[in-house]
Amino acid sequence: MPMDHHKPNIPATPPRQSWTFSQDVNAEIRRAAATGIYDIRGGGAKRRVPHFDDLLFLGASISRYPLEGYRERCDTNVTIGARFAKKPIELEIPITIAGMSFGSLSGAAKEALGRGASLAGTSTTTGDGGMTPEERGHSKLLVYQYLPSRYGMNPDDLRKADAIEIVVGQGAKPGGGGMLLGQKISDRVAEMRDLPMGIDQRSACRHPDWTGPDDMEIKILELREITGWEKPIYVKIGGARPYYDTALAVKAGADAIVLDGMQGGTAATQDVFIEHVGMPTLACLRPAVQALQDLGMHREVQLIVSGGIRTGADVAKALALGADAVSIGTAALVALGDNDPKWEDEYQKLGTTAGAYDDWHEGLDPAGITTQVPELEARLDPIEGGRRLRNYLKTMTLEAQTLARACGKSHLHKLEPEDLCALTMEAAAMAQVPLAGTEWIPGKNGF
Amino acid sequence: MERYDLATGSLREMNAQLQAVAPGENLTAWEILNPDGRHAIAVGLDAPIEVRVMGPTGYYCSGMNQQATVRIRGNAGPGVAENMMSGKVIVEGDASQYAGATGRGGLLAIKGNASSRCGISMKGIDIVVGGSVGHMSCFMGQKGNLVVCGDAGEALGDSLYEARVFVRGSVKSLGADCVEKEMRPEHLAALENLLESAEIDTDPADFRRYGSARRLYNFDIDNAGAY
Ligand SMILES: Cc1cc2nc3c(=O)[nH]c(=O)nc-3n(C[C@H](O)[C@H](O)[C@H](O)COP(=O)(O)O)c2cc1C
Repeated sequence: MPMDHHKPNIPATPPRQSWTFSQDVNAEIRRAAATGIYDIRGGGAKRRVPHFDDLLFLGASISRYPLEGYRERCDTNVTIGARFAKKPIELEIPITIAGMSFGSLSGAAKEALGRGASLAGTSTTTGDGGMTPEERGHSKLLVYQYLPSRYGMNPDDLRKADAIEIVVGQGAKPGGGGMLLGQKISDRVAEMRDLPMGIDQRSACRHPDWTGPDDMEIKILELREITGWEKPIYVKIGGARPYYDTALAVKAGADAIVLDGMQGGTAATQDVFIEHVGMPTLACLRPAVQALQDLGMHREVQLIVSGGIRTGADVAKALALGADAVSIGTAALVALGDNDPKWEDEYQKLGTTAGAYDDWHEGLDPAGITTQVPELEARLDPIEGGRRLRNYLKTMTLEAQTLARACGKSHLHKLEPEDLCALTMEAAAMAQVPLAGTEWIPGKNGF
Repeated sequence: MERYDLATGSLREMNAQLQAVAPGENLTAWEILNPDGRHAIAVGLDAPIEVRVMGPTGYYCSGMNQQATVRIRGNAGPGVAENMMSGKVIVEGDASQYAGATGRGGLLAIKGNASSRCGISMKGIDIVVGGSVGHMSCFMGQKGNLVVCGDAGEALGDSLYEARVFVRGSVKSLGADCVEKEMRPEHLAALENLLESAEIDTDPADFRRYGSARRLYNFDIDNAGAY
């Protein structure tokens, strides 16, 4: 006799999805089984990790008085690189545009970033693949990246730069190199990189002519000698061992440290790398500041923090924890129009949806930003894009000033950890500020 | 002939003087005395001058050179002529690791041996080594020529792109995607020129040519073990 599954008096349990084998996980297993290769994508870690959202400003009170919103000054300028460089960089706002390669981004997108940054009084940064004339021409302050691949590297561009950034690592992939897939290798990209068209280009994960901190010191000496000790030299590190990496970069002679946490975007990296290597930005910040303080170098060697910076609140919180400035990548692309719902029809055709599109390496970006296809690139007007980026940078700055004034600070750099509390124990432990409503900082005073 | 003595002067002053030579000026020949293994000697030059470094150098001698001819009368430390753009660098002794790394043009001639990773990520430079080279030489070599008159160590030309490698002696092993290729007349002619400019008198016919099999140019899971 067949079993009766519908006995009316036995309650049915709803189908239960495994937490371990979730829909996402199973889909990825099927994808891997079908293709035999890991998933490559752009963007940063998508999982939720402790972040600046888990911190709050306390604001003023009887013992701390605030500054008047529209009347009393709250300065935002920052000088970067005065430790050794004859010509330090003067920024009007403590938000810079992070290094994003020409190749991963279109020429128009690079131009828009330069225009927006210049209008807002800040710097932009080249990326893997070298410096383009458009970018140099439209950027008042341009930081030139010195990467392991050395694609396009040359002393003329080095001399044209306003600062040099030695890239040791990136938050999305500390310990990883890069990959630009063949479909994005146009004639121009190929020529700049001295490689044939249409092949997958690997960017090395290690510098070809030095290893370790002692060599790095000599490399910095060489770069300074080539450029007459004029230009600030930054060292960019991924969020792996922020205390020691910061200390070693300072010892090697860096003028500034760029510290990129795991939420930091990338143009193309394995998903497994993005999601499983490196520490959250929030967890990286205090150890780096501690290293600078231990060496007596806090505010002498500037700390620029990136990885998931989106709002003026993020800026203010990063500065309160000891950063001198922040840097943005993904948010700048969104300001230009990346993942805009107005392209939803096209995102659907690519099997995704606005807000989730991350196949930046495939070069088919409907918004015309992460592409080398001329028809798509034409969708981004670099002048309009620059204006949008300027607006966004200004808005973030105003937001950060609003928060700083509420804490009674006449310069964003006067924000301090004492202005903050944490919403979660994790954030309290990482940021080393008390859990809201308590005086408890995990790990302090024996607890 | 101008002389600069590093025993009494400073690296900064010396490099500044060499970098300041403008085209058409008379200060075209220099001798650097007592280099004593100092790093970053004669870097960032950009004029058709002749510099003779009278002894051994440390890291990155003549890094990013443009136009100048630099002759090192001794051994050279790591990264000699790294990212050279044009001009000529001659090492009369041996060279340490990463000689000519990422170089984009010009000629690096090493009379003695070169260590590991000679010509790593080279992007158009020509490198001629009178002696042998160490392991992983020409790793990820993109463009240009590496000529080795002696032997090559392990994993020669690993992950090679379009750079050409010529070796006269033995090759301990070839790296991933590097294969021996036919030596055609145009290669022999190019090799003859390279040897001549490097002041090395050897018969090009004794060399074998290696290059990329181009099997790893676009990712294929069946080759995953080779990457
Ligand atoms: C499209 C894209 C390309 C990038 N290219 C580079 C690069 O060439 N070099 C580099 O050091 N970082 C690169 N990055 C990382 C950024 O410099 C920066 O660390 C990161 O975007 C900061 O995090 P955020 O995106 O959350 O703001 C890239 C990021 C993106 C989104």
